[in-house]
Amino acid sequence: MNPSSVTAPAHQADAHAHHEPQGFFSKYLFSCDHKVIALQYTLTGMFMAVVGVYMSYVFRMHLANPTAHIPFYGVLSPAAYNSLVTNHGTIMIFWVAMPVLLAGLGNYCIPLMIGCDDMVFPRVNRLSFQIFFLSTVLLLLGFIAPGGAFGGAWTSYPPLSAKADYNMTPWGNKIWLLAVALEIVAFLLGGINFITTAMNSRAKGMKMFDMPVLVWMIVIATIIFMMSVGPLVAGAVMLLLDQTVGTHFFGAQGGDPVLWQHLFWFFGHPEVYVLLLPELGVVCEIICVFSRKPLFGYKTMVYTTFMVGILSMVVWAHHQFVAGIDPRMASIFSLTTIIISIPVAVIMFGMIATMFKGSIDFKVPMLWAVGIIVEFLLGGVTGIYLGSSALDVYFHDTYFVVAHFHYTLIPLVAFGGFAIFTYYFPKVTGKMLDERLGQIHFWGTAIAFNFVFIPLFFSGLAGEHRRIYDYSGFAELATPGMLKMRVIATHALLVMMAFQLPFIWNVLKSLFAGAPAGANPWKANTLEWAADSPPPHGNWPELPEVHRGPYEYSVPGREDDYWPQNAAN
Amino acid sequence: MSAFQIPVATTRSVTGIPTGRLAIWWVLASEIVIFGGLVTCYILFRLRHPEWAAEAAHTKLAAGAFNTFVLLTSSLSVVLAHLAATKKDTVNAKRYLTYTILGGLVFLCVKAYEYTSEISHGFTITRSVFWSFYYTATALHALHVVGGMTIMAIILPDVAKGKFLPRVEYIGIYWHFVDLVWLFLFPLFYIASAA
Ligand code: HEM
Ligand SMILES: [Cu+2]
Repeated sequence: MNPSSVTAPAHQADAHAHHEPQGFFSKYLFSCDHKVIALQYTLTGMFMAVVGVYMSYVFRMHLANPTAHIPFYGVLSPAAYNSLVTNHGTIMIFWVAMPVLLAGLGNYCIPLMIGCDDMVFPRVNRLSFQIFFLSTVLLLLGFIAPGGAFGGAWTSYPPLSAKADYNMTPWGNKIWLLAVALEIVAFLLGGINFITTAMNSRAKGMKMFDMPVLVWMIVIATIIFMMSVGPLVAGAVMLLLDQTVGTHFFGAQGGDPVLWQHLFWFFGHPEVYVLLLPELGVVCEIICVFSRKPLFGYKTMVYTTFMVGILSMVVWAHHQFVAGIDPRMASIFSLTTIIISIPVAVIMFGMIATMFKGSIDFKVPMLWAVGIIVEFLLGGVTGIYLGSSALDVYFHDTYFVVAHFHYTLIPLVAFGGFAIFTYYFPKVTGKMLDERLGQIHFWGTAIAFNFVFIPLFFSGLAGEHRRIYDYSGFAELATPGMLKMRVIATHALLVMMAFQLPFIWNVLKSLFAGAPAGANPWKANTLEWAADSPPPHGNWPELPEVHRGPYEYSVPGREDDYWPQNAAN
Repeated sequence: MSAFQIPVATTRSVTGIPTGRLAIWWVLASEIVIFGGLVTCYILFRLRHPEWAAEAAHTKLAAGAFNTFVLLTSSLSVVLAHLAATKKDTVNAKRYLTYTILGGLVFLCVKAYEYTSEISHGFTITRSVFWSFYYTATALHALHVVGGMTIMAIILPDVAKGKFLPRVEYIGIYWHFVDLVWLFLFPLFYIASAA
């Protein structure tokens, strides 16, 4: 804690002084403090990441050697394979990416970056996490339910998902749906807090365009989420009724199974931008700090992001090119899909231009940030292939799609998660991480990642279908050549997992024996670095005032190459 | 647990709009897309199934019309409650809020009567996709009515004491929304039997 906030006179002089809750329960478990809630979200998300990776380990081991006894698991049955693939996808999107990138990051950064002491509705915020936690427990309970966890894919298409006779998980299918619905409710509650806080509670002197781009991106992502998830909530209610009461919204008797696909992807595609935008925000912050340069085209970035948000609502049917939609509609959705890569490319170029001629310092967070840009490019470019409806007839439901979205999501969620982690670790804990271990972790993870998914592009091109338990029934997919690709991918996954050990060691070592970080180890401008590390309850002894924009780096005529937003001069 | 302290963040108002009102508008925005999604699905189905007109003829037009009237009246009384609250007239604020709750109660009773009579005539939720939509949409709406009434009942004691008076306005905005949803559901499910 900052000494000035505990000395008695300053404490009493400040009418808004916060009384930190005492005792373990009120301080950590039932706290309303945005930083504690952010950590709860992040740690739950990281735990679920371990669960999700474990699942992928099991089914990749199985794919490399279908008859093997898998260490730490056993022999994988077809039903369990389906459950694991389904829940791997569900967990990674809804229980890892959302809590870490949106809820955790947003809760930590928004109040700190705009200079206020908490979210506008701290108790709603706490409720949001509690509902999220409940949904996490519920989802995992699916695995011990009679019949096992739901195995009808993370997209949960009916009629498979609607009838227990088809999916054979009478409990699992409902549990899955309820857990996802609860999770959505949690993020709606959190999202209202995010938007209202950013709109109404900025520090004195902070204009709209003095907010760091990260706050903009989180707010825009939240708005996209709110605007796209509604129909899926309605759809979830309808699907639940199909499952429990026996209605036929999505059934053959008067209903329409493709309707679910529209509702799901009307949310599902914007959702990928919900995950993308906060990450791009973090990358912007990091490359400015580690290139010592202002963000290139700040306002353009913000406007472009709004454009992405709007366009992201009108591309969804590119997931349904082979679902029997009208070919004329397919052309329109091809067009919108290809158009949306323009604003995304503008943002990418803005980032590259920011680094151009900067004095770049490749500290670990910067490595991750640049890694995101490089790898995400491959994901985005392969998306354009898939977006053209003629090509997608061939690519759809192959490993090419799997490789495409992993090339978008792993840079965002894994690289992005590590970028956030390494950038903010000094702020959250007050300790520095070890640079060398961080470098080993980065290079090991990044290189292994490419060896997992590049083979999958090729097996996809060769016609390998996804979501298949056993390829031995398909002569042309059971060739030694195809098997070899699967084996490479699996081995690379094992290498990638092994390279997480330096990370874990680094965290433990730094927590106990890391060098003290001080308030502003990266010499950054934004307000969170003006608070102590870790920031006390209430964040600042006195709430800061803002005098300039967030990216005043290397200003000519100044001695320092940075200029904190709250510095008087 | 130590007493909860309202943070400075809650009291700031950079936009000039009180935080509570801003938040309630965002709540409504997310509600609008939920009902919007449901209603859009229904309309798309309805256009493809002209034969649903015959099914819709079995809904109770008079009861629906009466309920529309009840909800509109209750919206009026919540406006009066808000006006009273802005004048710090806690007696009338409390009275009109109570009337609004009663309006909701009447609405639910009529709805319950409709459901019972429809079900007893065999028009159950599984009879056809039309009835599935009918029950889903109206029940989801009824849940919102219950939610609004519950919140009003919770804030009533505080309003009577003159505490947190802006909440009357916020629940009023929400109640108008509940009313508005009904104004979509009523023609779509009750009147559209001709077509
Ligand atoms: C310019 C960018 C992008 C384009 C043009 C694009 C295009 C596509 C298309 C057309 C598909 C459907 C392929 C099929 O099922 O046959 C697809 C699938 C997918 N994309 Fe992208 N995408 C882009 C960016 C992203 C981003 C940023 C993410 C995530 C952050 C993402 C995540 C996914 C996922 C998860 C799927 C697969 C869903 C499934 O079937 O399970 N995409 N993409
Ligand atoms: Cu998409």
